Amino acid sequence: MEFDPVLLARIQFAFTISFHIIFPAFTIGLSAFIAVLLLLWRMTENDKFQRIARFWTKIFAVSFAMGVVSGIVLSYQFGTNWSRFSEFSGNVIGPLIGYEVLTAFYLEATFLGILLFGWNRFPPWLVTLSAVLVALGTATSAFWILSANSWMQTPAGHEIRDGIAYPLDWLQIVFNPSFPYRLAHMVNAAYLTTAVVVLAVGARYLIAGRHAEEARTMLRMAVGMIAVAAPLQLVIGDMHGLNTLEHQPAKVAAMEGHWDGNEPGDLVLFAIPDEEARTNRYEIAVPHLGSLILTHSLEGTYPGITDFPEEEWPPILNVFFSFRVMVGIGLLLIAVGLCGLYLWWRGRLFTSRWFLWSSSYMWPLGFIAILAGWFVTEQGRQPWLVYGLLRTADGISPVPGASVASTLALFVFIYGIVFSMGIYYINRLINAGPKEAPDEWPAGVPNRPLSAAEEAAREATGRPKGEGPGRAFGEQEG
Amino acid sequence: MEWYLPVIWAGLIGTAVAMYVILDGFDLGIGVLFPFARKEEERDVMMNSVAPFWDGNETWLVLGGGGLWVAFPQAYAVIMPALYLPVIGMLLALVLRGVSFEFRWVAKPSHRMWDIAFAGGSIVAAFLQGVILGGLIQGVAVVDGQYAGGAFDWLTPFAVFTGLAVVAGYGLLGATWLVMRTAGPTQDLGRQYAPVLLALVLGAMVVISLWTPLTVERIATRWFSLPNFFFLWPVPFAAAGVGYLVWHWLRAGREGLPFVGSILLFLLGYAGLVISTVPYLVPPHLTFWDTAAAPASQIFLLIGTVFLLPLVLGYTVFVYWVFRGKVSPGEGYH
Repeated sequence: MEFDPVLLARIQFAFTISFHIIFPAFTIGLSAFIAVLLLLWRMTENDKFQRIARFWTKIFAVSFAMGVVSGIVLSYQFGTNWSRFSEFSGNVIGPLIGYEVLTAFYLEATFLGILLFGWNRFPPWLVTLSAVLVALGTATSAFWILSANSWMQTPAGHEIRDGIAYPLDWLQIVFNPSFPYRLAHMVNAAYLTTAVVVLAVGARYLIAGRHAEEARTMLRMAVGMIAVAAPLQLVIGDMHGLNTLEHQPAKVAAMEGHWDGNEPGDLVLFAIPDEEARTNRYEIAVPHLGSLILTHSLEGTYPGITDFPEEEWPPILNVFFSFRVMVGIGLLLIAVGLCGLYLWWRGRLFTSRWFLWSSSYMWPLGFIAILAGWFVTEQGRQPWLVYGLLRTADGISPVPGASVASTLALFVFIYGIVFSMGIYYINRLINAGPKEAPDEWPAGVPNRPLSAAEEAAREATGRPKGEGPGRAFGEQEG
Repeated sequence: MEWYLPVIWAGLIGTAVAMYVILDGFDLGIGVLFPFARKEEERDVMMNSVAPFWDGNETWLVLGGGGLWVAFPQAYAVIMPALYLPVIGMLLALVLRGVSFEFRWVAKPSHRMWDIAFAGGSIVAAFLQGVILGGLIQGVAVVDGQYAGGAFDWLTPFAVFTGLAVVAGYGLLGATWLVMRTAGPTQDLGRQYAPVLLALVLGAMVVISLWTPLTVERIATRWFSLPNFFFLWPVPFAAAGVGYLVWHWLRAGREGLPFVGSILLFLLGYAGLVISTVPYLVPPHLTFWDTAAAPASQIFLLIGTVFLLPLVLGYTVFVYWVFRGKVSPGEGYH
């Protein structure tokens, strides 16, 4: 049997990186959420923030573990699957990955240990500080990895000698033209995605009539975050799109389903692009709106797909549909944010069954949008691996197709088990819910935070319940 | 030009790999010993004794691999395709055992599957790391700076042997870690298996010390030519001495010293391998200098490393220090 090594290497990498990105996206957002909760706890001394934070920390730990292990795989796959690319670009983006490891990975891995295991050993401020450092670490990691990815999209600050890229100006390399937009777009996407998950969980508890106090806080914080981050994402996305038009016009043409560059662009709401006939079928479009968005003029023109030779085309269909999925979800989330704000203002946020019910099913939306967005930008870069410099077909390793095919099968098998179980366990943690607030405070307990620390100590040392406030973790209700 | 930069980087990556082997070595070793634990509570304590550290430990693997790409892109681009199957297999094994740390707790009481995944993943990862080591020592076929061999070139009796040796070695680190960090039945488990594993490790070191010079002429020349021999003969004697001390300390009921001694033993074995292969990164074709990245790239990351690595080491030490002492049953955040 014959295997196409290029296609297999691409499928394998797309598979592993798609699984991976879900978890960092979630942990970037969740670590920031947990840090904010713990800071609120220290400032207000209100224990509910601590209970919510510790509940989400358990979910964070499971997600983080999956992010770490699937990320280690990636750091080696550059070499195993894309050795010629590694050689070509090692001088330029290798150091960016190196900085990611040194500035981010150690920080998050080390202080996560304290955040998870330190409750009965350390004062609350140190645990809170650890949460802040973990959040800082995840964001820093995003900074470097998106810089490296952006360099592959819009390479700058380098020169090519003997078929290998050499650095000329590190500032230009790190802050290459698409980087600021991509970073803002992705980090905001991570915060937005997490807010949607928090919203869904809060809604689920309110519908079930459980953990009402915690659920209300989750809902308020999530709605506030979505109402800000979702519209902001539209603005950032628009700026990112304009930047892409400047540097990677073929990608934008595919995103828009815009074939003829001599005509002003329509905003195609739906269509099925037909690569052979070079036109859209079943098109529903708003005339000239594409031009208005991209050129800020109704009659403005921008390159169409047919302006590029066919061997330079990205996979049109995939890019076109992924883009619509992403934007569609983005618009829906803006509506969710506005609805939530309105209900909050009217004082009905916690009682509108339809809003709670629909919100409780929305948790996957952010992840789908993130994956769709990465499909747009990565497939839109094709047929280039490093845009304009190295073709994907020239970047692969001299590894037999059969090796790639068999390891791909292993990846699918093991990731399938690990990640479906991971999601199952996260769901289980969500069902268990935050630890209940203590029913009453026994005499002799001077103030709440201290009791919380004692409670944490007892929980962690496994002393039986009933020796003070609170219930042991693991006891579920409902 | 700038001949010393590649040497500095080789030193840094060598240090990262040594850190990885020792740090992840003991937590993989816990996985190797996992099947020998008799009770669920013992497995809980064993896992808890390494749970706060494992992902920090594995970060050294990322630094080693990432560092190799940064500093020696050509070596990275040859080694990874050459050892494609064991590298991917090792990574998948690490995935399975890594998620077990969390899943095992959340899955309770039906967590049998993750006991098996943790033990199996740890053993396979350790074995394949040894196979990768053996494959590299034997040498890799290179033509025009590209890997030019087949998919199974690495699969030799020697590589299988080094694979088993690393399993035993990590097991020794894990056993002495249990002696140091736990009390009761898990400490007894460590005490019970550490001498056996120590004997296996010492035996493997002898076999590898004979096997490599007998089959690879370059290694024989390195060790037995003059004047090298005068400087190098203490290495095996030091290893034998440390081996004896570990045995002695175990018998004398010492708790911390056997672990320290096992680390020393690992470092000596590592030093022996470094002596055998320097200055090759991809023996027997590519040296540090052949495969070095552009000096500008090496300098750019070196500047950051000079400031960040001490910081990293600092908070690594900090976190080990704050979690010092014996692990008690039932400890954890779950």
